[in-house]
Amino acid sequence: MNFFMKIWHSSLGKKYIMGISGFVLVFFIVTHLMGNLQIFVGPYWINTYGLFLHERHEILWPARIVLLTMVVLHIWSAFKLRAENQAARPVSYAGNPAPFAASYASRTLMMSGIIIAAFAVFHLLHYALGVRAVNLTGINFSTLQDSQGRPDLYLMLLLGFSRWPISVFYIIAIGLLCLHLSHGMRAMFQSVGWKWTFGGVSHLPDKIARWFALIIFILYVSIPVAVMCGYGKAYKERALQHLTANAISGKESAR
Amino acid sequence: MNLTLKIWRQKNAASPGGFETHEARDVSPDMSFLEMLDMVNERLIAAGQEPFVFDSDCREGICGTCSLVINGVPHGGRKGTTVCQLHMRHFQDGQTITIEPWRARAFPLVKDLIVDRTAFDRIMLAGGFISVNTGNAPEANALPVSKEIADLAMDAAACIGCGACVAVCKNASAMLFVAAKVSHLNYLPQGRAEKDRRVKNMVAQMDQEGFGNCTVTGSCEAVCPKEINLDFIAKMNRDYAVAVVKGELKANSGGGVG
Ligand code: HEM
Ligand code: FES
Repeated sequence: MNFFMKIWHSSLGKKYIMGISGFVLVFFIVTHLMGNLQIFVGPYWINTYGLFLHERHEILWPARIVLLTMVVLHIWSAFKLRAENQAARPVSYAGNPAPFAASYASRTLMMSGIIIAAFAVFHLLHYALGVRAVNLTGINFSTLQDSQGRPDLYLMLLLGFSRWPISVFYIIAIGLLCLHLSHGMRAMFQSVGWKWTFGGVSHLPDKIARWFALIIFILYVSIPVAVMCGYGKAYKERALQHLTANAISGKESAR
Repeated sequence: MNLTLKIWRQKNAASPGGFETHEARDVSPDMSFLEMLDMVNERLIAAGQEPFVFDSDCREGICGTCSLVINGVPHGGRKGTTVCQLHMRHFQDGQTITIEPWRARAFPLVKDLIVDRTAFDRIMLAGGFISVNTGNAPEANALPVSKEIADLAMDAAACIGCGACVAVCKNASAMLFVAAKVSHLNYLPQGRAEKDRRVKNMVAQMDQEGFGNCTVTGSCEAVCPKEINLDFIAKMNRDYAVAVVKGELKANSGGGVG
């Protein structure tokens, strides 16, 4: 415990916490992306994957607990660092000049971070908890089922991104996440002391950070863009007809 | 050339400060920035007014004493240049120039443009040295140092301790200074024996002085007159992690065969 308090109270220690929690979150961002990209393989795949995750409580719950801990540590140390940093400069320079030679991404980590957090809350309500009020389609996502009676994630994504304000918010949030990462990952490598030349490439970690952020952006955004361009339209329309038919027959049997 | 100067005037840390505007007439483009300020001060003295106090010593860019923030940038922001080596030809006729002291909680203001940088001295006292008994210089070839390591240590040792890294950092962090001082000795065989203790003690002292933390914005390396780069901060982060994880071994009290 003493050891952890020592790390927590030192400036470099908090940066380790920031960097390591950031790393775990990045790992999650990658696995989540790999799950999502299965939409391009087809409904059978992604729905099988979804069911697999949901039935494996021994994977699901530890992962959720670890992620939540990392989010708390990340946000907590972000605010603690910010408070210390502001206290370190009580009088600012005339006209508050923008930090000299500092990139936009490096100056706006807190802004991008807070918007990502807000988006994450919305995102969980939208898909994970299936709150009908936020998805703008009037359909209850948690009741969607495919032809084998499994939760239909494929249809949920098609419907979810069929409303443009949601897709636009999603794309903006992913853009900010990647802005955060383009600097954050560079800082993360720096915080844990990894910044050397590898295989003849100088400052390899800096370059990895930039490329990684760009690739993540393109892959994540490909999903809403594909849906808005009509990907999976036939599947969606068939399912919608089915849904309305069910709703009508449901009403009739209730009468 | 003629310039308008907005210069920070403050009697001491306890009293409030503010900008005073002065016209600098007939400035030669060949003057250094400090010579231009000398001229302004001489005219103030001749007119019976109080001159502005500012720090300087060598005036050749090697001592790290001069410390002015010019238009919001420490040392004026020219690559690898201290303000004593900054020449007036880099300014335009008729320009308005703002001159301020370093601003950081750990560097309390003394007067006008002078701040107290003894926080750096205390960090050095915490570990920026090698514990050896003095005596004759050892045989130069007894401790081989590779060219790469010697170059790296030399790059780090170039730090003149001016504090521009703190002054420019949006977090007023002293990370670049401390990293340069830690790395300089940690790279070399003479310093390696006390590597862990050095990095832990110097970082602890840095934290105690009230400097901010590093966000890796790179402002410090951009403004450093000795062009010390962020890689040394990565090295310090690594050395610190190793030192903390390793912990310390303690000898049995008494010890020996007894
Ligand atoms: C999925 C979400 C997120 C990921 C993957 C992520 C990733 C990262 C990474 C890798 C770093 C660099 C750590 C370092 O400097 O060693 C970082 C820094 C930072 N993050 Fe995040 N982050 C996320 C969410 C957030 C949120 C929600 C906030 C704010 C509430 C936030 C605020 C910050 C701040 C302020 C820093 C810079 C700290 C500093 O250097 O002073 N991040 N992030
Ligand atoms: S006065 Fe010595 S470096 Fe400027």
